[in-house]
Amino acid sequence: MSAVGNFLKNTTTRRGVGAIVCFVIIWHIGAMIDDWTGVDVLGIGLVPPPGDVFAAFLGVIPKVGYWMSWVSSFSRVLAGFLVAMIIGIPFGLLLAVNRYFRGVFFPPFEILRPIPPLAWVPASLIFWPTNEMSIAFVTFLGAFFTIVINVLGGARSIDISYLRAAQSMGASQMDLFWKIVLPGTLPSIFTGAAVGMGITWEVVLAAEMISGGGTQGGGGLGFFIWNSYMGGSLEQIVVGMISIGIAGYICSSTIRKIGYFFMPWRRLF
Amino acid sequence: MSSSKSASKSTASKKNKKLNSSQVEMKNVSKAYGETWESEEVLKNISVEFPAGELTVIVGPSGCGKSTLVNLLAGFEKPDVGEVTVDGKLVTGPAQDRMVVFQETALIPWQTTLENVTFGPKMRGEKKGRSLDDEAKELLVKVGLGEFIHKFPLQLSGGMQRRAELARALINEPTVMIMDEPFRGLDAMSRSLMQEFFLELFEENKKTNIFVTSEIDEAIFLADNLVILSNKPTTVQTVIKIDLPRPRNYKMLTSAKAFKYRKQAMDLLHGEAMKSFAISK
Repeated sequence: MSAVGNFLKNTTTRRGVGAIVCFVIIWHIGAMIDDWTGVDVLGIGLVPPPGDVFAAFLGVIPKVGYWMSWVSSFSRVLAGFLVAMIIGIPFGLLLAVNRYFRGVFFPPFEILRPIPPLAWVPASLIFWPTNEMSIAFVTFLGAFFTIVINVLGGARSIDISYLRAAQSMGASQMDLFWKIVLPGTLPSIFTGAAVGMGITWEVVLAAEMISGGGTQGGGGLGFFIWNSYMGGSLEQIVVGMISIGIAGYICSSTIRKIGYFFMPWRRLF
Repeated sequence: MSSSKSASKSTASKKNKKLNSSQVEMKNVSKAYGETWESEEVLKNISVEFPAGELTVIVGPSGCGKSTLVNLLAGFEKPDVGEVTVDGKLVTGPAQDRMVVFQETALIPWQTTLENVTFGPKMRGEKKGRSLDDEAKELLVKVGLGEFIHKFPLQLSGGMQRRAELARALINEPTVMIMDEPFRGLDAMSRSLMQEFFLELFEENKKTNIFVTSEIDEAIFLADNLVILSNKPTTVQTVIKIDLPRPRNYKMLTSAKAFKYRKQAMDLLHGEAMKSFAISK
């Protein structure tokens, strides 16, 4: 009891919990209003009430298949996202600091960038040998362009007086990069990562639905939802949706924590 | 406590033996921006001397190219015509002998006050570790930031940031300090405190100081020499020798002499301001 008390002492936490409770209540009213009034009020009569969804949730928790969906979606997201970070950050920084590199690589980049990741799905299904690789590739694309454009923008908007000050104090080109440009770009890197992570989840889910997920249990959360739809289990669809919400929240709060660790000077805000 | 005091005295006396001010000169300097067919001339044929160990204030109407002048003196930009020299040597780029304190703070936000101050010597690999940290701390204590060495710039007030920046410049032992409207944006109270503090520093170390401002009172209070610029394109209009005794204090601004300088400068600047106002209309 005292643990719960302590937990609720924090105003922000209390607000958050309150908001979620309110949301669930409204959801329940919305879902039940047809039953209560006897007429189809808002055309949302089919939405399962939170209680049913919770029951369905309890139903899938002991099932290995459900957790395998988590694992496979998560690993696809992480794979695509990490590769996008590893390639995207240096690529964006190079675009920012080297005029020639920018001259050569920026135009093709800008032509490819507006193509939505999902438009790549058919081509990559044909091109890559396995389903898994094509999903990973599409996820990578989703995060890559966002990360690069954020890194580039961030690095280019560093105040020139920092560079000038460092230069007049005797900093070399390498020093300028490591001490000024890179730390100055960190906030944009983390913004890019957070946005890119969101896109990655979107893309993974869609790709899993389109590709049918492949092997048994390896379908991921997208396939889980699709499967529930095919099986006509409305409650399970919602369980899948909420699972994605939770997964996305875990990812973005992890990125925030890492950002907090690497940017002590931003803890003041 | 007493040992640190004696240490500070010994380093101070060492510094006094070193050359700590330089003669800076601009000869026939012109600078234009933009493509040749539509270039805008910002500075035109500027020749001015900044005597060693003196505080020269450059004052001119806003938008007249004062910052360009600073960039040329610092070596961030090169003149189209003419040259900038320090002790007769041509300026070809930025260097530690000429430190700039910028208009808006240029403290590096991701470094603490101490890291900012030790940045220069570390980058040049001159000094390291404890002795460098001690020297930096000593300087920070001197500018009144002894308790803020581990704070980030954004945790400091505007006036503190400027003082940290002064410390960061001074640790590089420049022979010329270039101040580009350094107290702009400070509230009136911190501004006058900073001016007094800055004068104290100057009167103590007698480096060559080039101070850019658009405030006439500030200019007269600080200056040995007052360089008044004219506008569009910018040229040197007049150089006034400000013959007020040092050390100075605020009361001197109300003396008859100061009033005379003020009127002289106002008349010149007002004419220039009217001219540029008419052009922009």
